[in-house]
Amino acid sequence: MKAPRFSYVRPESLDSVQELLAEHEDEARILAGGQSLMPTLNMRLSEPGLLIDINRIDALKGISLEDGTVRIGALARHAEVLASPLVAGYLPLIADAMPHVAHVAVRNRGTFGGSIALADPAAELPACAVALDASFVLASRRGRRTVPARSFFHGLYETELAEDELLVEARIPVLAPGYRSSFLEFARRHGDFALAGVCCHARVEGGVLSDVSLACFGGEDRPRLAAAASAAAEGRAWSEEVKDAVKTALGRELDPAGSFHASAETRVHLAQVLAGRAVDRMVAAD
Amino acid sequence: MEEAADIALIVNGEAVSRRVEARRHLVDFLRLDLGLTGSRLGCEHGVCGACTVRVDGAIVRGCLMLAVQADGADVWTIEGLSDTGELADLQDAFVARNALQCGYCTPGMLLTAAEMLKAGRRMTRQEIREFLSGNFCRCTGYHAIVDAIEAVMQERFRD
Ligand code: FES
Ligand code: FES
Repeated sequence: MKAPRFSYVRPESLDSVQELLAEHEDEARILAGGQSLMPTLNMRLSEPGLLIDINRIDALKGISLEDGTVRIGALARHAEVLASPLVAGYLPLIADAMPHVAHVAVRNRGTFGGSIALADPAAELPACAVALDASFVLASRRGRRTVPARSFFHGLYETELAEDELLVEARIPVLAPGYRSSFLEFARRHGDFALAGVCCHARVEGGVLSDVSLACFGGEDRPRLAAAASAAAEGRAWSEEVKDAVKTALGRELDPAGSFHASAETRVHLAQVLAGRAVDRMVAAD
Repeated sequence: MEEAADIALIVNGEAVSRRVEARRHLVDFLRLDLGLTGSRLGCEHGVCGACTVRVDGAIVRGCLMLAVQADGADVWTIEGLSDTGELADLQDAFVARNALQCGYCTPGMLLTAAEMLKAGRRMTRQEIREFLSGNFCRCTGYHAIVDAIEAVMQERFRD
């Protein structure tokens, strides 16, 4: 189908984006890479009065390293993140997840910030941000604030972003010495949204895990930091017994919805298997 | 803030300027305004890859980009890339191996294959399949397409 009518504006500065958002609020939508917004327009699932195209705003671009934190601008394209030596060196979890984010032609346009702001529950990057305890910088005419990823996602496509706010960048702590991470997902077709996926981040020393963060996505309405499953591995030497404890805990805390693509039981089972394998990998790399 | 805008861009090496509706996506612009019907529309929501075109050196989904966003861009379609000869060996290999039947997906497949060749190395069949995973073909079953691309890689990247 064809998109409905809308007005279009391409501001050159962050200030004018903030002005426009303050003025139009829910009538306006931000157009970044467009890889999720455009389908909803073409299918007429949304009919905004105004699209604010932020693609030419330099302040939202680039990837840089600042005091132990990698800053990923909201407009950084997935392809750029995938090719970034900073991401490969300091954020191996994101580097591992990136090839699973959509397909080449979509990665060439889709943006890091777009994926976070949309908050699709089956998307990889929100879950990575939760596992890595990232934070997001949000800006509006009222000022700037920094929100932890772990409290940013409220529900299905719902986030902490207010109607007049724009996501400016993500700040992600670099992988600390002694820490490892691992990413795994299961999808029907490579590049499609996952039926289930896990992001794991922990300190691994002589096979013993600590400071464990296991985040799961796909099935629930937002990425989940699996607190009980993480606790089940905390301070323990990785073994089949600990793996079973993690899987049991995960089975209790996950509550996915079944769908046409996979039942709730299937999704839980997949998450359990993936979590076990993800930790196997981290420990094997130690 | 308007529902239409003037744009100027390069399409297949030639300067083009037009007034377009904001809601018009790039492939409708190419097909309906410029008469370049080689770029196809299958799903119009980013799933099938029939609309693949090259914008500023990288393939994109033409149904997920507005024509107004291509203002100032360098756009190449199957028509232009056929004329320059860049795809000639790929096109020959597709024909030789029966990698197309109805041909609807073929322009998108060829542009995606051309992007794959930019890596400058042979890929495994698995890598080729993963790279192609965003392009649907309803006829061939993909096997012949992978064969054709693999053959071109072997020819272009001899050790
Ligand atoms: S028409 Fe663009 S992806 Fe199907
Ligand atoms: S040849 Fe018919 S869809 Fe691919």
